[in-house]
Amino acid sequence: MKLQKFLLAGAFASASLMSSAAWAATDIQWWHAHSGRLGEVVSEIAAKYNASQSTYNLVATYKGGYEDTMTAGIAAFRAKQQPNLIQIFDAGAATIINAKGATVPVADLMSKHAGGFDITDYIAGVRYFYADSDGKMIGMPFNSSTPLLYYNKDAFAKAGIANPPSTWEELEAIAPKLKEAGYTALAQSHSPWIFSENFHSRHNIQLATGNNGYDSTDVKILYNNDHMKMHWSKVKEWLDKGWYGFYGRAWGDNQDAFVQKKVAMWLGSSGSFGGLTKSADFKFGASFLPYWKSIIAEPKGTFIGGAALFAMSGKSEEENKGVADFLTFLTQPDMQYFWHKETGYVPITNAAYDLAKSDGYYKSTPDAEIGIQQLNQPGGEWTKGYRLGYYVQIRDVMYKHFDDIFSGKASVDDAFSAMESESNALLERFHATYN
Amino acid sequence: MKRVQFEHSPIPYLFIAPQIVIIAVFFLWPAAQAIYQSFLLEDAFGLSSQFVWFKNYSDTVFSNSWLQAAGFTAVFSTLVTLLSLAIALLLAVKANEVIHGARTYKTTLMWAYAIAPPVAGLMGNLMFHPLIGDLYKLMNAIGWDFDHKLDAFDASFVVILISVWKQVSVNFIFFLSGLQGIPHSVVEAATMDCKNATRRFWTITFPLLAPTTFFLMVINITYAFFETFGIIDTTTRGAPGGSTNTLVYKVFQDGFRGADLGGSSAQSVVLMLVVLALTVLQFRFIERKVHY
Repeated sequence: MKLQKFLLAGAFASASLMSSAAWAATDIQWWHAHSGRLGEVVSEIAAKYNASQSTYNLVATYKGGYEDTMTAGIAAFRAKQQPNLIQIFDAGAATIINAKGATVPVADLMSKHAGGFDITDYIAGVRYFYADSDGKMIGMPFNSSTPLLYYNKDAFAKAGIANPPSTWEELEAIAPKLKEAGYTALAQSHSPWIFSENFHSRHNIQLATGNNGYDSTDVKILYNNDHMKMHWSKVKEWLDKGWYGFYGRAWGDNQDAFVQKKVAMWLGSSGSFGGLTKSADFKFGASFLPYWKSIIAEPKGTFIGGAALFAMSGKSEEENKGVADFLTFLTQPDMQYFWHKETGYVPITNAAYDLAKSDGYYKSTPDAEIGIQQLNQPGGEWTKGYRLGYYVQIRDVMYKHFDDIFSGKASVDDAFSAMESESNALLERFHATYN
Repeated sequence: MKRVQFEHSPIPYLFIAPQIVIIAVFFLWPAAQAIYQSFLLEDAFGLSSQFVWFKNYSDTVFSNSWLQAAGFTAVFSTLVTLLSLAIALLLAVKANEVIHGARTYKTTLMWAYAIAPPVAGLMGNLMFHPLIGDLYKLMNAIGWDFDHKLDAFDASFVVILISVWKQVSVNFIFFLSGLQGIPHSVVEAATMDCKNATRRFWTITFPLLAPTTFFLMVINITYAFFETFGIIDTTTRGAPGGSTNTLVYKVFQDGFRGADLGGSSAQSVVLMLVVLALTVLQFRFIERKVHY
């Protein structure tokens, strides 16, 4: 009797095993860098995708912050255990794109498996950032944001100011009033991104030779220019006058100063909108990133920050097909709209932007549109982005010298010339390594 | 000629084998890899690589940022070692004399031992937070224009304070057991000979503690060099201006965050040599003065 039961159970088990093997969906591994609320939204996307079809099973795994995720991906690739899809941040783009053969360009993947790919479907400020020099999209922009100005409406009312500044000249005019009202006028959370990279885009200034680094790895950085030095001399002046607050390098430290009403204006990301709505207990508004009227009469658009999804090479056709299928799903207007609404990141396709408009989202939440409007502002020669190797280290170099400017340890001129030579040494190393 | 041979038993080798395997897998093999990698320029994904002799060394070691990190590491590890040893010794001597509530007193001092360096760093972060940190407010209240986000001295003060605080309890435990290991007869004889407690301490107690002190010095230097990584990473991350960057943190920054494997390997080989040299020096010159 016992034996019979045992045999029966065994037969049942093997039968169910076989059937599950026959029906097993192909696993698609996706490594990402989002935790907290953003991580929840990523999981929701994966769940929605898995519910929408049964051929593939998307497994989304959180691998730590941007740098941790990239390191994990590199280590996995070297051990031939790479995921199908990996999220790589803006500063790491050069590392993965220049490693020839590490990824399959998404443009190729999509045209092969998803029946075509048209880069003009994507909004202007987004489409070429992760593309190669010929304009072929290598990584699919995923979480895309752009720097914006947030301002405390209560503080502005208290100081008797009607509108947020659209230029830095206007900021200098209102800063004393805000100081009198008890506020530090301005803080920002990412000086390389906001006060360097996007500073160049906003004013249409070249930031590196070789077409901002898109054409070659044999390039030199051009940060040591008069406009940058003028800007940073001003920022230092603002700091000394008590108009500018520096609360550390960490993103959150400076955002906290805004949330806690120490500073009246904060430069953050369009993706910060959702978080601020929850944490700020005062009325705030969003506005475009200010520019210097003395440098440019009509400002250009900014470019994106954030990260992109790269399809890693060395995978079977079947799995690559699954990746293309998921990316098609992800870029559908309703998915992009969902992502946009839940996180504050911009929708990356024109169709999704149109959907958000026609749905009346911006009527109820006009501030949510500022980021995408800024990205859609007229572009110039130098507004599509940049591609520089060892840029993670270059940003560290920049931070180091910005610290020295703030603390008065180095003059603006000295800091920028040191920044230039140290960055160029890193670019040379990168060129020697990747050629 | 008849060769004299003793029968060797293979059992001793068997006993040390696990240890040898552990050293080989977790030290020798990675160290060899690092040395090999330090002569290569290789892209992060390992798709292309070239042998470049000492380019990685000349590019990264002795660069400005490396020298700055080396300078800070020297000052930092000296201060952390000396301060955490001195404070722990003082506390241990005093705790050894306590009669009432000795247990509570000792347990309280040992507590911090259970805290991992990154956790200590996070606690320090909260205490020195510019908006909510109590210690930050206290420093500014007593007239010190304290700003560790911009001032190199203040930032160094923060990381040294946290590192010392974390290490004192470890040293305290060892010193206390060292003190309790000194025979009563010796202590009594000394008390009869000399009334001055300070003199008694330096002539009798301290020399008898020398083996403990030497051992602690070696592990404290290792701590200051390597384990404080977690504290640096959770507090300053080398800021401001690279002034609190240690050598080991720089290896991590370049290799893991920056994906520059060759440069990072070259730095870690140099770091290994520095620590090796330091340990040899300690054993040759300081250990001679230690009487077991």
